[in-house]
Amino acid sequence: MNESIRQLTCDNLTKIYGNSKTKALDSVSFSLPSRGIFVLIGRNGSGKTTLVRILATELEPTSGSAKINGLDVVREARKVRERIAIVPQEARPIPWMTPTQTVLSYLLWRGFRYSEAKRRTLATLETLGLGRSLNALNRSLSGGMKRKVMVATVLSSEAEVVFMDEPTTGLDPISRREFWETLREIGRDRFTFLTTHYLEEAEQLADQIGMLDHGHLIRIGTLEQLQKSVTHNYSIKILSKPAPTIPKLEKGEIVTAMDGSVRVLTAEEEAFRISRELTKAGYKFTINPVSLDDIFFYLASRKSGE
Amino acid sequence: MTSDRGLIRKRSLFSQILAAVLVNSVYEMSNFPIVLINTVLSPLSFLVVIVFVSHGSLIGEAVLGGFIMSMFSAGVGLQGDLSHLKNDFKLQDMVVSSPTSWQTFMFGMAISEIVYAFPALIVLVILAHYYLQLSALGALSLVGVLLLMFLTSVAIGFTLSTFSTDIVQSFAFSRLISTLFSTIPPVYYPITYIPLPYRYLAYLSPTTYAAELAQNAAGYVALTVTTIAVDWVILIAVTAALFLVARGKSRWREI
Repeated sequence: MNESIRQLTCDNLTKIYGNSKTKALDSVSFSLPSRGIFVLIGRNGSGKTTLVRILATELEPTSGSAKINGLDVVREARKVRERIAIVPQEARPIPWMTPTQTVLSYLLWRGFRYSEAKRRTLATLETLGLGRSLNALNRSLSGGMKRKVMVATVLSSEAEVVFMDEPTTGLDPISRREFWETLREIGRDRFTFLTTHYLEEAEQLADQIGMLDHGHLIRIGTLEQLQKSVTHNYSIKILSKPAPTIPKLEKGEIVTAMDGSVRVLTAEEEAFRISRELTKAGYKFTINPVSLDDIFFYLASRKSGE
Repeated sequence: MTSDRGLIRKRSLFSQILAAVLVNSVYEMSNFPIVLINTVLSPLSFLVVIVFVSHGSLIGEAVLGGFIMSMFSAGVGLQGDLSHLKNDFKLQDMVVSSPTSWQTFMFGMAISEIVYAFPALIVLVILAHYYLQLSALGALSLVGVLLLMFLTSVAIGFTLSTFSTDIVQSFAFSRLISTLFSTIPPVYYPITYIPLPYRYLAYLSPTTYAAELAQNAAGYVALTVTTIAVDWVILIAVTAALFLVARGKSRWREI
């Protein structure tokens, strides 16, 4: 495919559900190469699922447009569907079916002939480490294995673009880390659009990260680019409530979110000076190098303050 | 790793229909065989009651009613099954974002319901062989009626399934349809058994016309040519109207 059209583009994408007065998505515009793994992060209700459902042709936008590899997701939905696959939020394998039957039937739905569908099914399930559970009922599988079965459906397909909406929600931390390997595997081979509210997941997996808050896209870029959004390298997260008065800063910023939570973003030496004073005063806090979580907190607070 | 991507040159429509049949009937019946008993029992239970109450005199009508209700229940069953697969497993979301069209999905799922009804239909065919006297034209007429009943119920079931958002709504729809189309209308016995003022209510349901035509085909009632023609027109019109509603109003893709 011509590299110039291997793009995912959204232009002023807006979605208002029914008679709601709030915008689930508010003029979201971006363009990025449809390669590798793109992770969209945001809190619950930030509009992540709405954006995914529009791009996956399940939902029509109220206004604006979106294109995947040059194809409009509304006007050319049929062509788009030939090229995409999705694991929706809360999707799970049907309990009375086996992993083989689950993946095989999905490929048949995509129009593969039976023999080809069977070959792909067995190869994918083996790759994902489900070779011993091919004919076990889905209901007998662990939570992590069930997620793998769902991922196997899209992984075994011919789709160039794969959407996965919060695929790791509900998994325990160890299973989630193991599951990342599977997600990396998918991203090696096709463009993977992933949503999550685990920021650590974005740090680990993403080639590009988008930040969505209250329907607004507040920043998009590589991890390095996002890190440059914050000029300070240390973060103090105040845990005591109500938050204490922060000692006067020589350099850095005090960021207060809408819910009243406070973080101090500053340089290393200054961070340790403030932490000594907070300790002396008996306040609870954590101190860390700036993480994606801090960047998101910083950008979301700034956006809400505008 | 499966890396052989790229568009499939020709997608198999047969595969897409087969997928529906496998997911919604074959896998369920093979992995969970107790459902086979249920599929046989539900349409036959009312038949048995009618035969006992009438001391066997209405067995022919009851067999015809069993056929009609098997086909109608098969189509309406689509509502519950699709709602369940859509709301609890997000299957519709996955299929919407795939090359399968809503028409293919609905057709495949409809076929799957027929497959699911096979055990009951086999028992009914055996009973029909012993208790029904059908001419070639009568048999053809019965098949036509059953086909229309199935299509009508498929259109109702599919449309409602795209609207239901949870299992409670789905149950509510099922009960309403069951009461309106199978309990009130005289499907298992002649319409003359219903006192006159209430008889007109029965004519609100397409299953009543289907039962009349089926009973006429088997010689249990003698309809005039005009009545037969009117019954056919009504059944065809209802089926066509419901398909138009399914096309225009079903929420395959959300707006």
